Amino acid sequence: MATLQETASQIRRDIVRMVHGAQSGHPGGSLGCTDYFTALYFKIMHHNPSNFQMDGNGEDLFFLSNGHISPVFYSALARSGYFDVAELATFRKLDSRLQGHPTTHEHLPGIRVASGSLGQGLSVAIGAALAKKYNNDNSLVYCLMGDGELDEGQCWEAILSAPHQNADNIIATVDWNGQQIDGSTDKVLYLGNLEEKFKVFGWETIVLEKGNDMDEVVATLEKAKSLTGKGKPIVILMKTAMGAGIDFMEGTHEWHGIAPNDDQLAKALAQLPETLGDY
Amino acid sequence: MALEDIVILNEKETRAGFGEGIYELAKTNENVVVLTADLAGSFKLGPFIKEFNNRFVQCGIQEANMIGMAAGLTIGGKIPYTTTFANFSTGRVYDQIRQSVAYSDKNVKICASHAGLTLGEDGATHQILEDIGLMKMLPGMTVINPCDFNQTKAATKAIADIHGPVYLRFGRPKWPNFTKEDGSDFVIGKAQVLAEGTDVTLIACGHMVWKSVEAAKELAKEGISAEVINMHTIKPLDTEAVIKSLTKTGAVVTAEEHNIIGGLGDAIAQVAARNIPVPQEYIGTNDTFGESGKPEQLLKKYGLDTPNIVAAAKKAISRKK
Repeated sequence: MATLQETASQIRRDIVRMVHGAQSGHPGGSLGCTDYFTALYFKIMHHNPSNFQMDGNGEDLFFLSNGHISPVFYSALARSGYFDVAELATFRKLDSRLQGHPTTHEHLPGIRVASGSLGQGLSVAIGAALAKKYNNDNSLVYCLMGDGELDEGQCWEAILSAPHQNADNIIATVDWNGQQIDGSTDKVLYLGNLEEKFKVFGWETIVLEKGNDMDEVVATLEKAKSLTGKGKPIVILMKTAMGAGIDFMEGTHEWHGIAPNDDQLAKALAQLPETLGDY
Repeated sequence: MALEDIVILNEKETRAGFGEGIYELAKTNENVVVLTADLAGSFKLGPFIKEFNNRFVQCGIQEANMIGMAAGLTIGGKIPYTTTFANFSTGRVYDQIRQSVAYSDKNVKICASHAGLTLGEDGATHQILEDIGLMKMLPGMTVINPCDFNQTKAATKAIADIHGPVYLRFGRPKWPNFTKEDGSDFVIGKAQVLAEGTDVTLIACGHMVWKSVEAAKELAKEGISAEVINMHTIKPLDTEAVIKSLTKTGAVVTAEEHNIIGGLGDAIAQVAARNIPVPQEYIGTNDTFGESGKPEQLLKKYGLDTPNIVAAAKKAISRKK
């Protein structure tokens, strides 16, 4: 049984290999959120990878709102058993179920809504959370958003809506890496005091300072779970480094959406132990 | 069915048909959930809210969030009906519908009132004339524009029984109500031949169906036999019925409370061009926005009234070879 850290290392290998293989995709945010995905899919969530059901009754659900970090999503799904890891090699290629951005259209197990056009995931998560309440289903709904994504107005509709709708079975997470395509989030569109903003909108707000420290990520998600069902939706503001785990990609928006060449791939893989076997 | 058999039962708002339909549906289908963006009154949701308040989601004026929430509700097996004006049901939230509903194959019923010119005095900001086009272009979307109160009520109930996204379009004003009270003459995707004829086919949707019936009666006085088809389901289109009728009459007029670019007329023209090219005339707005006014004033000004349909029918007939 691999440790979470070992699993995260393999997922990071998958990410750079997938993006290299397609010569397209988004490694930066994927690497930054690898520890979160690993904790979620291999420790935190109650889910049933071997028998995927769209309705997800009785299971925890996850929605990826910032769909461009599909590489980490696909790897986490495959490595946790939703589909064969060999299929990761088809990422972004013709006739693949692993489209550039996640979709239900190709019936890839583990995906419950398409995302990519930003700002829509939290609204879907609220609806799914309400459905769970209608169904007397006590399991939880997770949603990951990007910080740049919070530029979108619909996010703030959803942030206003969730407390009003009593969606206290949602644990949203913001990948707070401070970067978006055109530069830092401060420069592109200043987000201000995110923590205070979520609080005044009525959210139980947790700041995770070390979003690339597995122990911290797990502990914070556990804490968030303990806060569900108490009348407020929960948000984790998760500080991560874009490109985390690969020294030359880390902390810069330059690797938001470009693929490594052969040399860069080799350098990246040299930093990441192959723990579960490459696809 | 013959023209003289078509009689007005009463005059009612099509949107009120939605309100009654959803109330009756909720009694028998516990998965039905209604969402609104601050327009419960406009959709006559009072009885539903009173009896099924636990299945009513007041979203506030958040149409984008409402569409997303509806998509999410389907994941737990619910059948969400979203309610807001046609403009805010489509144009305002096109990308949300495209990605979270249509592309994601979610069982969301997008119910839109105040469509077209006949919402009247509120004017062009609210009078969407492009919504049928927007919705019918989305893969997998069913598009329905029923003709009266009874049919809107029937459609509201019927769409719960088909899986997948639906756009249900209706209107604001009181309008002649003439289809069967029990809705048994409504079948999704099946054209309703209201009157058989031999000289020209009038194919209409929504409020323009009644105008087409009136036009056919006028034409009959002049010895012209018009076939009247209520094409309440614009997508999937009943192409077989179109081909059958056009083969018989050899001329067609399409009538819709919508831009002639991208609406019902275009859909019929595509069937005709591929199968049975015949002269076609279009009744609808022509690449323009609407304006404030009384419904009947607007329909007259923009050429969507009975005399214009009569004239269009004669023109189409005159163009036959």
